[in-house]
Amino acid sequence: MNWTIDDGALLRRRFFASSAGGLGAAALAHLLAGEGRLGASASAGPMAVRAPHFAPKAKRAILLYQSGGPSQLDLFDPKPELAARAGQALPESLARGLKLAFIKPNAKIMPSARAFRRHGASGIEFSDWLPNLGACADDLCLIRTMRTEAFNHDPGALLLTTGVTQFGRPSVGSWVAYGLGSESRDLPGFVVLGSGKGPNAGSNIWSNGFLPAAYQGTRFRSVGDPILYVSNAGGITRPLQRARLDLIRDLNRRRHERTGDAEIAARTASYELAFRMQSSVPGLLDFGGEPRRVLEEYGIGVEPTHAYGTNCLLARRMVERGVRFVMLTHGDWDDHKELDKGHARNCAIVDRPTAALVRDLKRRGLLESTLLIWASEFGRTPMAQADRPDEAPGRDHHPDCFSMWLAGGGVAGGRVVGRTDEIGLQPVEDSVHVHDLQATVLHCLGFDHERLTYRHQGREFRLTDVGGRVVDKLLA
Amino acid sequence: MRVGSATVESGRPAAPWLSILVLLSGTALVAAQPDGSDRPASGAVDFEKHVRPLLAARCHSCHGPDRQLQGLRLDRAADALRGGYSGPVILPGDAAGSKLLQMVSGMPDGRIMPPAGPALETGEISLLRTWIDQGAPWPSSSQATRGGAGERTEPSHWAFQPVRRPEPPRVSDAARLGNEIDRFVLARLEREGLEPSVEAPPATLVRRLSLDLTGLPPTPREVAAFVADAGSDRYERLIDRLLDSPHYAEKWARFWLDLARYADSDGFRGDNFRPHAWRYRHWVIEAFQRDLPFDRFTLEQIAGDLLPGRTTDQHVATGFHRNTPTNTEGGSDPEEWRFEQVVNRTNTVGTVWLGLTVGCAQCHDHKYDPLTQREYYQLFAFFNPLEEVDIDAPLPGERGPRLAALPDYQRRRARLLEEHGVFRLKPEWERRVLQAAARPGESAEYDSTFDELRTRVNLGERILRTPPLRRTPRHEKALTDFFVSDYQRVLSKPEYEALGYERLSEELRDLDRSLPPYGEAQAVRVEDAPRDSYVYLGGSYKVPGVPVEPGWPAWLLPTAPAGRSLTRMDLAAWLVAPDNPLTARVIANRVWQELFGRGLVVTSENFGSQGDLPTHPQLLDWLASEFVRGGWSWKRLIRTIVTSAAYRQSSGRRADLEAADPGNKLLARQARVRLPAELIRDSALAVSGLLDTRVGGRSVRPPQPQGARRLGSSGDGGWKVSEGPDRYRRGMYIQYQRMSPYPLLSAFDMPDTYEAACRRGRTNTPLQALNLLNDPVFLEAAQALAVRLLEEFPGGMTERLQGLFRLCLARDPDPSELEALHEAWHAQREILARSPGSAEALFAISLPGGSPLDGAAWTALGSSLMNTDEFLTRE
Repeated sequence: MNWTIDDGALLRRRFFASSAGGLGAAALAHLLAGEGRLGASASAGPMAVRAPHFAPKAKRAILLYQSGGPSQLDLFDPKPELAARAGQALPESLARGLKLAFIKPNAKIMPSARAFRRHGASGIEFSDWLPNLGACADDLCLIRTMRTEAFNHDPGALLLTTGVTQFGRPSVGSWVAYGLGSESRDLPGFVVLGSGKGPNAGSNIWSNGFLPAAYQGTRFRSVGDPILYVSNAGGITRPLQRARLDLIRDLNRRRHERTGDAEIAARTASYELAFRMQSSVPGLLDFGGEPRRVLEEYGIGVEPTHAYGTNCLLARRMVERGVRFVMLTHGDWDDHKELDKGHARNCAIVDRPTAALVRDLKRRGLLESTLLIWASEFGRTPMAQADRPDEAPGRDHHPDCFSMWLAGGGVAGGRVVGRTDEIGLQPVEDSVHVHDLQATVLHCLGFDHERLTYRHQGREFRLTDVGGRVVDKLLA
Repeated sequence: MRVGSATVESGRPAAPWLSILVLLSGTALVAAQPDGSDRPASGAVDFEKHVRPLLAARCHSCHGPDRQLQGLRLDRAADALRGGYSGPVILPGDAAGSKLLQMVSGMPDGRIMPPAGPALETGEISLLRTWIDQGAPWPSSSQATRGGAGERTEPSHWAFQPVRRPEPPRVSDAARLGNEIDRFVLARLEREGLEPSVEAPPATLVRRLSLDLTGLPPTPREVAAFVADAGSDRYERLIDRLLDSPHYAEKWARFWLDLARYADSDGFRGDNFRPHAWRYRHWVIEAFQRDLPFDRFTLEQIAGDLLPGRTTDQHVATGFHRNTPTNTEGGSDPEEWRFEQVVNRTNTVGTVWLGLTVGCAQCHDHKYDPLTQREYYQLFAFFNPLEEVDIDAPLPGERGPRLAALPDYQRRRARLLEEHGVFRLKPEWERRVLQAAARPGESAEYDSTFDELRTRVNLGERILRTPPLRRTPRHEKALTDFFVSDYQRVLSKPEYEALGYERLSEELRDLDRSLPPYGEAQAVRVEDAPRDSYVYLGGSYKVPGVPVEPGWPAWLLPTAPAGRSLTRMDLAAWLVAPDNPLTARVIANRVWQELFGRGLVVTSENFGSQGDLPTHPQLLDWLASEFVRGGWSWKRLIRTIVTSAAYRQSSGRRADLEAADPGNKLLARQARVRLPAELIRDSALAVSGLLDTRVGGRSVRPPQPQGARRLGSSGDGGWKVSEGPDRYRRGMYIQYQRMSPYPLLSAFDMPDTYEAACRRGRTNTPLQALNLLNDPVFLEAAQALAVRLLEEFPGGMTERLQGLFRLCLARDPDPSELEALHEAWHAQREILARSPGSAEALFAISLPGGSPLDGAAWTALGSSLMNTDEFLTRE
């Protein structure tokens, strides 16, 4: 499959191609009647289900984006040698050529105050900040040798989510929705959930870029309406909304008859989908049917886990309902100072709900067809950042070598990929570029990353830009 | 030979014993030359016999007459010795130092030349080594394989050929002609055996023309007047009226702002609000208002700062270059982002004026168009020495009060600074910051001070390095303000608190605020110190290759050498030179696109070989030449297009065309086009009577839903909601924060403003439906519309329903529509009546003699009308 669709016009043409006589009537009827999920028989539409290049292991994905750069040295990559060299500067040979954002190459090495422990049959080490996640060790594939090209937040977040350090490219979620369509008939195919401080690079990380706007991530908000304007305004009851839509549909139909423009039928269909979203969203958000045990597991109703736990449970409920890609953002991990305090707080927020999500998906048999990605734009330096003597130190941005993990559809559980040097500054074995990660994610979803392309401004674009290779070691 | 290849593949220096083998085998190869010759005992290599065949066989396909990858050409002595973008590759007499030899032997990073086929054999490598060590003799009689004297062949692509004004073709049916445009359109239709469509009904024409020229729907009175007008020139008079409207300037300014990537904020993490950005937008509106000819329009935006005796207004025009996104995140490398901005400026000019994807040549020669990487950086070199500068640009009436207040302000500021020891402490602080700049790593506090200064203060580093007495007052103030706010970084908390700088910062800010307003604008100037430009290898600012001078692709339009370094003035003149093959075509095509929903070249951003071919090439050339002949007048070009019969056609689908021309490429009808984001808002506010029609001025902040602006980490100044009528101003004035755009704008395909946007998407999503159904702005408009109906149409039900239709859709309902509206009104009223309190919630206004229930029913009905496809579409 080589999608070379320019500006959505072709998509729309396909949408109505099957109905030259009735001009969209068939497509419209399908959308309106909506028998079950959009199956392979659906005539098309930007969100019609499409087959990828080859049989996928994962049918959907959840990206847990940890905005700001968590410290791999205090979470995933134990380095006792840091203590031995505490207070020393890096040797000249290591300091040369380092890209550092704030500190200078002569900054002093800082040990981690964490205790690490082996977990599960695989014996993967996690710090004592992540006891619950540690209990899932045998389901996780930990990469200790991620590398990126950016040492500032926005470019790093953009590279991770869109494949380049500049603005304007489609998000990984948009690419996946574009490639696979969506199995949900009343929810958007690509959904974004957030907690904490807004993520780096803002809404650009779920932008459709030059892909049609249908593939834009839909932000579920934690304040006000979960989807912007999904609730009716004051005085508009559901029957009145229906009556409004009936009139709109009626007038549109008349205009369609007069002008013959199939776009009118498409607009009516959008309004009907909007109406269905209005009724399905409250059900999605209603946790009444969830056993108390599950809510407790996610840490819902208690602090500090409530917001993040709610988003994790929502993510599960969404993928259950056929949403193709969920991007969950949490921040901010950017602890240039007082890292122990800041990271302890963030770990207390994410550890329990994240582990609950892994276990819950597994219990429901969804883990093997759902790809979980826990990642950030970069990691943090082995050296301390101590700008002021009266503040506890933190660590600076570090793009060359950091940790993240995958779980579920298509990836090997209980595995560690990559070896780092004795202070965690550089990879020693199996360095994995962000483009390699993206190529591997697309592979799990059934795509050859070099063939999932879109033509824009005279050239074929893809998520992995001009790089990327599938990392076999990550695969089951 | 196997041993030799293995050496090459490993990319490491050969072990001593291998070297011996290499030498031996090299000799063996030479001894076995097919022509039976042998090298003299001295080991001299014959270029013609030994080297040329080797270069021809293994190098010329990429570095020869047809292609010069990395700027390298190895079939002619001068080119070969000059080298490629990274510099010379052959150093005569120094084989070991020559990149040619290093590349064929294999670089430590694994790169090797040639990249395809087997590596050069050891003997071949030693031949090259010997030849270079002998001084790389290249006999002057030696001829290049072909194309000896000439450069590359002329590009044959249509868009690079000169515009030749074509003679409009003859057509058989002259009755259908509006103007010459129609000869081109009809001739093509006749060839295909198709009929054009009939003229659209008068009401449709008024609405189409109003929306296309001013972006606002016509009032019912305007429609009625046009329909009743019996004059044969009523259409032309309508055009004149609309082109004279100040709203014409707004509509077409917005068209240009998409190309200019206008936004009100920096983008990136800080996304700082740009309080003065609107001055550029204002300049564009005024330029369209006075129909500033496109050649001047170009010159002032590209190079207004360089114009002799320039006015402030012309300097404001260079705000065009200030619309680039800016990253002020701490720790970012200022040079990296400066470079990115130059790239952004270069690419923007390439897209906007030339319709070329020049950005493809940032990292390598353009893959499809003749643009080389060297030529890219020649364009880049025009913008490289450009420096951002904020200028005083007082608005009328601001100068007097400001000057009057200045002496007192200056006295009070000096006293505050004196009282807090700023004059005493700052010199030492400056010395330490300079020291940190020179020797980083000695003091973390001063290191981060320096970083902050560079990222937070515009031109911060340059100001610091300028001796205090030579700084401008504006610069000295910026540095002092930074010192006061940032000094805490190098002090302990008690020391800082004792000094009281936190309070001082506030007092200085208050003092600044007490000054009467004085307009500023974002502009550019040329740096004082000359800045050299290079071909940047792989597009990376860290890897400069060979130097380049400002210049343009001569294959597009050569110009006589100026005998001096070229400037942005020269570039602007070149862009709008009458015989530049691209600019007039590209702009005429975009104007056409704005009026037909699609360009004659559909890919209006790309006229290169990967773009679409024009559907009507002769018509495009005719329009381009008309544009130039007409003194580059926007209004004249627009008038010409909308006067054509082609423009006035009905947009209704026709069964015969669905098969023959489903994409409407042949223009046998007009197009139905969904309105852009801003115009949907404008229409709703206009028909309800809420629209504030003031033209120009600052950006406004209408209310946003709770939490909407927290999506990004945004520096939008807290989005203080605009008071009073500002809430109801046109969509083009809504403050555009790059990181968290106003929701309506992004839902309806407003471009992201990071690069020039040549055509907007026209998508159709359920989120748009939710936005229009439930956004308070649209319900407020529906309420106002209900009030209007109740107050202005006292006659009764039918009159009101007709009034509603005329206001929203600029036409009368047909009887069945009228009936449907009637039924819907009753049905909706019935629903409201059944649900206590909902009518009051929907329509809280009490009108004399009116019931909330009626008001609510009219509100619901009005909002339904404003959600119909017809309302959202220009037909």
